[in-house]
Amino acid sequence: MSTPVLLFVTGLGLGALYFLLAAGLSLTYGLMRVLNFAHGVFLTIGAYTAWMIATHVGGSEWVRFGLALGGSLLVGAVAAAAVELSLIRPLYRRHVEQILITVGLALALTALTQGAFGADPRPYPSPGWMDRVTVLAGADIPNSRLAAIAAAALVLAALAGFLRFTRWGTIVRAGVENREMVSALGIDVQRAFTLVFALGGVAAALGGALAASYFGNIDPQRGGDVLIFAFIVVVIGGLGSITGSAVAAAVVGVMQQFANYYFGVWWGFSAAGDLAVVALLAIVLLVRPQGLAGTAPA
Amino acid sequence: MTRRLAVRVILAALLLVLAAAPFLDVEIPGLFARSLARPGTLQLLALCLTFGAVALSYDLLFGITGLLSFGHALWFGMGVYLTDIALTRWHWGLGAAVLFALGAALVAALALGAVALRVTGIAFAMVTLAFAQAGSILVHKNPGGITGGEEGLGLDVSHLPDLLIGVINTRNLYWIALAYLLLAAAVSWWLVGSRPGRVWQAVRENERRVEVMGLRPYTFKLFVFAVSALLAALGGAVYMLLVGGASPGVTTGSLSLALLVMVVLGGAGTLWGAIVGGALYQYLDQRLLALASSDAVTGLPAWLRAPLGEPLFILGALFIALVLFFPGGIAGAVTRVRLPRRAA
Repeated sequence: MSTPVLLFVTGLGLGALYFLLAAGLSLTYGLMRVLNFAHGVFLTIGAYTAWMIATHVGGSEWVRFGLALGGSLLVGAVAAAAVELSLIRPLYRRHVEQILITVGLALALTALTQGAFGADPRPYPSPGWMDRVTVLAGADIPNSRLAAIAAAALVLAALAGFLRFTRWGTIVRAGVENREMVSALGIDVQRAFTLVFALGGVAAALGGALAASYFGNIDPQRGGDVLIFAFIVVVIGGLGSITGSAVAAAVVGVMQQFANYYFGVWWGFSAAGDLAVVALLAIVLLVRPQGLAGTAPA
Repeated sequence: MTRRLAVRVILAALLLVLAAAPFLDVEIPGLFARSLARPGTLQLLALCLTFGAVALSYDLLFGITGLLSFGHALWFGMGVYLTDIALTRWHWGLGAAVLFALGAALVAALALGAVALRVTGIAFAMVTLAFAQAGSILVHKNPGGITGGEEGLGLDVSHLPDLLIGVINTRNLYWIALAYLLLAAAVSWWLVGSRPGRVWQAVRENERRVEVMGLRPYTFKLFVFAVSALLAALGGAVYMLLVGGASPGVTTGSLSLALLVMVVLGGAGTLWGAIVGGALYQYLDQRLLALASSDAVTGLPAWLRAPLGEPLFILGALFIALVLFFPGGIAGAVTRVRLPRRAA
C-alpha cells in the first residue's frame, strides 16, 4: 500500500513544480498570446539566486533558506518585469517575433549561466528538514516534495484570490476573455500584462528555489527541462486557465511517477513516464484539442 | 532581365567555386584558419552546406507554410541515428541504411504530423516540441543499448565505401554535402513554384480563405510536413557521415531552436535566405567556439570571459538584436537595399 501512496505524493510534488511554471505561462498566453520560451530561465535564475544566497550568508539553516527564498522571488519578479518592458513590449502584438525574442533570450541566458557557473550540477544546501521524511499512510515522503506541494497550493490559492477579488485580477480575467473590449473601455491592459508577467516570474523563481531542494542540486539546463513539461501541462489544461493548469499539472506529475515505476520495469528503461506524458498530450489533442478547461481550440 | 541574368551568372560562379573548393589551395585569412583545400576547412564548409539545406527544409515548414514547429530536430536526429544504427549495429550497406532512415522518417512524419496538425498555432508548436522531446529522451535513455545513450554512437566504417573513409577523403564527403544541398534546393524551389507550394503560401497568409476555396489545408500541411521531415532526415544522414557518428545533442530542443534561429537570421519565407542563414549560423557557431578557446578570450578577465566563451550566448544576443532591429533577416536587409535602387 505504501508504494502507490509514495508515488502519488511524489507525483504531486513533481506536478507542483510544473504548475509553478505553467501558471505564469498560461496567464501570459491567455492575456497577450505571448508564448514565453524564456520562462524556464526565470526558474534557473531563481535557483541560482537561492544558491548564491544560501552559500554566502551566515545564520541558521532556516534563516539562510528564508533569505534565499525571498531573494530569489525578488530577483524573479525584477527579471521578469525587465524582460517584459525591454523586449516583449516593443514587439506588441507581433506574436511570432515575441516568441523568437524569448527563444533568443532563453539561448543566451542559459549559455550565460553555463559560462558563469559551469555546466555541471552544483549541490544545493537545503535545510536538513527538506531531506528528511514524513510518514504518510505508511509511506516515507521526502519533505521537499511536501514543501513543493504546499507552495504550489499556496500559489494557486493566491492567484485565484488575486484574479477573483482584486481590481487588477478583474482586468486580467476580462483581458483573457476579450482584450480588445477591455482596451476599448479605456483600461491599460499593457500594465496588467507587465504585472502578470512579473507574477509569473515570481512563481517560476519560487519553483527554481524549490526545485533546487527537490533535486538536491542546480544546473543551467534545469529550467529548460522543466519548461517542456510545463508547456505540455498548459496545453493539456487549456491555455489561459489557471485551474486547468493546476489539474493538468497534478495529472501529469502523478502519471509520470506511476508510469516510471510500473512500466519502467517492463520496458527496461527509465523514460516510460516521459513518454506516457507525451502520449497523454497526443490523446488529449485528439479528443479535446482545446484542453481540459479551454473553451476554444488553441 | 539583365538582373536575372546577373544573378544566374553569380550563382553559377559560386557553384563552380564551391565544387572546386577541394582543389583550391588558397588561404583566406580571417575567414578560415587554414587553406581552403585542407580537410579541416572542407569539413567546416561541408557542415555549413549541410545546415544550409536543413535550415531550408525547416523554412518550407515555417517560412513558406507558416507552421511554427519546435520539433524539427526529431527528423534530423532520426536521420543521424537510424542511419548510424543500421550501419553500425546491424551492419547494413550505406544505401540500405539511408533508405531505411528516410522510410522510417516518412512514416513517423505522416503519423505524428496527422496528430499534430489537428491543432494550429501555439498548440501545434508545443505538440511538435513534445514529440521531439520524446525522441530525444528515447535516445538519451538508450533502450536496449541501441543508441549509446549520453555517450553517443560511433560509426563502424567497415561497411562504408572506401571513398568515404579517412581524413584524406574528406573531399568526397564535402561533395556529398554539396550534392545534398543542391538536391534540397532543387526540390524546394520546384515544390514552392508548383501548385501545392502555392497552396502552402496561401495557408500561411489566410488559412480560412483556402478552406473557403474548397481546398483542405490539412492535406497540404501534412504534405509539407512530410517533405521537410524527409529532407531533414537526409541531412541527418549526411551530417552523421561528416562527423563520423551520432551524439544525443542532435536530437534535443536546442537544435530545433537553432534551426528556427538560422531561418529567421537568413529571412524566413525566402528559400535562399534560409540557406545563407543556416550556413552562416553553423560557421559562426564553429568559429566562435574556436574563438572561445583562443588566447584572445582566455586572457580576458572572468566577467568578460564567461559570456564570450559561450557561442550560444553571442548567437542568442545577436539573434535578439536581429529580431528587434532587422526584421526579415539577411534577405530582408538585401531587399531593403535593393528596392530604392529599383525605384530610382
